[in-house]
Amino acid sequence: MTERRVRTGKKGRGEVYFDYTLLFIVLFLLGFGLIMLYSVSSYEANLDFGDSAYYLKKQMGATIFGLVVMLIVACIPYHFWERFAILGYLVSVVLIFLIIPFGRSAKGAKRWLNIMGVSLQPAEVAKLAMILFLASLVCHMGRSIRTKKGFIIVLAMPVPICLMIYFITNNLSSAIIIFGIAVLMLFVASPDYKKFILLTIAAIAVVALLVYLIVNSGGDGMGFRSERVLAWLDPEAYARGKGFQTLQALYAIGSGGIWGKGLGQSMQKLGFLPEAQNDMIFSIICEELGLFGAAVIIVLFILLIWRFMIIANNSPDLFGAMLVVGVMGHIAIQVILNISVVTNTIPNTGISLPFISYGGSSVLFLLIEIGLVLSVGRGIRFRDY
Amino acid sequence: MIKNKTSYRKKIVTVFFVCLFCFLLLMGRMVYLMVFCSQHYTEKAKQLHERERSIKAERGRIIDANGTIIADNKTVCTISVIHSQITDAETVVRVLSKELELSEDFVRKRVEKYSAIERIKSNVDKEKGDAIREYQLDGVKVDEDYKRYYPYDHLASKVLGFTGADNQGIIGLEVKYDSYLQGKDGTILTVTDARGVEIETEGEERLEPRPGNDLYLSLDMNIQSYATQLAMQVMETKQAERVSLLVMNPQNGEIMALADVPEFDLNNPFELPADIETEGIDDGARQELLNAMWRNSCISDTYEPGSTFKMVTASAGLEAGVVKETDTFNCPGYIMVEDRRIRCHKTTGHGHQTFVEGTMNSCNPVFITVGARLGIDQYYHYFEQFGLLKKTGVDLPGEAGTIMHKKENMKAVELATVSFGQSLQITPIQLATTASSLINGGKRVTPHFAVLAGNREGTDIRKFTYPVTKNVVSEQTSATLRGILEKVVAEGSGKNGYVEGARVGGKTATSQTLPRGTGRYIASFLGFAPADNPQVLALVIIHNPQGMYYGGQIAAPVVRQLFENILPYLDEMDYN
Repeated sequence: MTERRVRTGKKGRGEVYFDYTLLFIVLFLLGFGLIMLYSVSSYEANLDFGDSAYYLKKQMGATIFGLVVMLIVACIPYHFWERFAILGYLVSVVLIFLIIPFGRSAKGAKRWLNIMGVSLQPAEVAKLAMILFLASLVCHMGRSIRTKKGFIIVLAMPVPICLMIYFITNNLSSAIIIFGIAVLMLFVASPDYKKFILLTIAAIAVVALLVYLIVNSGGDGMGFRSERVLAWLDPEAYARGKGFQTLQALYAIGSGGIWGKGLGQSMQKLGFLPEAQNDMIFSIICEELGLFGAAVIIVLFILLIWRFMIIANNSPDLFGAMLVVGVMGHIAIQVILNISVVTNTIPNTGISLPFISYGGSSVLFLLIEIGLVLSVGRGIRFRDY
Repeated sequence: MIKNKTSYRKKIVTVFFVCLFCFLLLMGRMVYLMVFCSQHYTEKAKQLHERERSIKAERGRIIDANGTIIADNKTVCTISVIHSQITDAETVVRVLSKELELSEDFVRKRVEKYSAIERIKSNVDKEKGDAIREYQLDGVKVDEDYKRYYPYDHLASKVLGFTGADNQGIIGLEVKYDSYLQGKDGTILTVTDARGVEIETEGEERLEPRPGNDLYLSLDMNIQSYATQLAMQVMETKQAERVSLLVMNPQNGEIMALADVPEFDLNNPFELPADIETEGIDDGARQELLNAMWRNSCISDTYEPGSTFKMVTASAGLEAGVVKETDTFNCPGYIMVEDRRIRCHKTTGHGHQTFVEGTMNSCNPVFITVGARLGIDQYYHYFEQFGLLKKTGVDLPGEAGTIMHKKENMKAVELATVSFGQSLQITPIQLATTASSLINGGKRVTPHFAVLAGNREGTDIRKFTYPVTKNVVSEQTSATLRGILEKVVAEGSGKNGYVEGARVGGKTATSQTLPRGTGRYIASFLGFAPADNPQVLALVIIHNPQGMYYGGQIAAPVVRQLFENILPYLDEMDYN
């Protein structure tokens, strides 16, 4: 373990903890992500922009900037941010609304805002804002969270944002992630189990019913999402349409085998797999590094989440714990959903793989979240038990 | 500030384990995909990444008895488009439709079709292919391959046949020996990216094509050329519908020439003759006209042989012992068969004559008498023994069978007409083959063109063998027949077939085509030389000549001219 005990002059005699383990896992993931991003994107980048490092350079810039911001955030005591909880919520609402007049579309969806030449996804802002807001809310509610009213209030809070993200930016996956974060935070904050088990069963039942209905109707007149469900069940039958990307991802994963084709040897990245450097990067990792490489990535994410658990459990107060739980939920949900999509375990929806997929605002906000977690970690005091 | 309580900690641990559980499930899913389905997906991915281009194998050449190449290949180009590589579809459509003289719609449909590679046109001249290559259009591929080329255009067109766009034989020897002539196509497997750009570092897998076997024929282009000239000449002077001239070796069945004029241009086999009205005919009618033009009447059409068939009756009679050369007959100009009066061609009658004289005169009553002496059973027996009921087995497609009375339907009148070559139909090749076996000592040979097939290096040679049925007649009968037929040419009705300094045997025929009374005749002559040891046999058939139509007058001279030229040539060949 790389835990270090650091003397802090200001706080007097207590020993302060800095979670280097978490930092190194994140740095490893980022480094690995950049290598894979270069491997995946260089061929297409060279053809499209005449610069094989086009995507790498952009991502590298965002990563370095993100790391700086992360360190700054890590040094600021996390309670400093509590005062911005409501403001953050409101800002994300405004940003999402700004998409309607000022949004920039890419690949058929209007999800980005250009602010002073930097493109930003309001959905990423909303995730961070929601974690902060809910952590703050839970702390303010105190014991009333145990009541039915409290339960419903916490669940209702993210709903407007989720609906806006879904209807304005047509981004179901971000809406699901934000709601999922809220449910996880509520689960931790509430002492109850029964409600959550019932909620899970109900959710599974609804999903199963929907899938059943879609399959029986054959997808007639039910929009592109139902077609995605059908393509999920039988990608080869929809090879020319909605199943195309999934099938290409499966080709990549399947052809990787146990040891992979070797770094840089992917064939599917040569334009066969759409969004290879983005949502589908994991399938190229599988193709190049095989089951072995994929397992290493998954283990790294498990370690990351384990560190979150340790930090959350040792947080000096509930606010810190809730912040970490929110970040933990965010990253865990996104990783699980991404790998599920790529392996065609669930229907296709656009979710990026944290720290590895290409995307500047995604990596920036993830690093801010890590900064928060590190900051919470710094609050841990070693006491003699 | 709210303390972080144990209940929260328990929940956080629960969350961690739920996540861990999800990750383990996904790991399981990945093991399934990457271990158990790996082969399936690897295969599929490989198919996706590899582009297969075939390299046409060169078709085997066809070579005549002198080693002259009579069917060869020349380089032509195939123009195709690769959908994913096209950058400027409009220019591609414009250039290709202009250069290849195709409609823009036709080209556009193929350019816009979402497929790996789409063929626009094959068999494009090399110059045109080079011109298209000059444009350097993205996504347009010019592949060179081979096209069949026939240096002698019309010569032996119905024998050789031609090939289609995919180098497959369509008629003639090209289709009969397609399996020998066709090589094995090679392939180039290249790995490409999604745009179809080849990845050079991956290299290419190349499977070299194997050229087809060359086919060596007994056909002699010198004889073929002369035979065709003679046939054309007589067709023109006699304004005949068509003329067939078949030259074969009666000893082994090797065909030296087969002219069936009018022939067609092998290099433009789909071009109808200029004198045929093609305005406004539909595809079906056009195809019928083409089929008629390609039809080899020596093989595929039957006719009433007439007097040349008397050789068969003579052989049967001699073999059965019912007639001798010295037997005498009387011809009053007709003969009564039951209640029918069958006339001789000489209505005043030939009077008293021996069997040999009767043959020289081609006297119908003589042969009717011989036929009657044989009786239906014996006649039919020899008919079958001579091989007339079966096809000859010539190595050309589309051979027609014999049209003959059923034995149970044969009565005296039918027997009488068959005896002098009427009321039955056989193909010219059947007549020539049967005559060959009657004069060569009784070996029923199989007429054929192909002698051997082999690769260009001369290794792996395959010699073709053809069935021979021995003793269809005795050597004795065969010798007698040769003697009689020599007399026919030396002193009888076939004297126009006489070649000075050579011993020629033969028989003439003049038959009316069915239905009778239309004034349409077929004049024919079958000759062979040398009469005592036949090395060459020729059969000429002139369909519907105008003016003089007797076989002895117009057909025999054709064979005489042929023999005058080829007999010294064949002798010379033998000395070599």
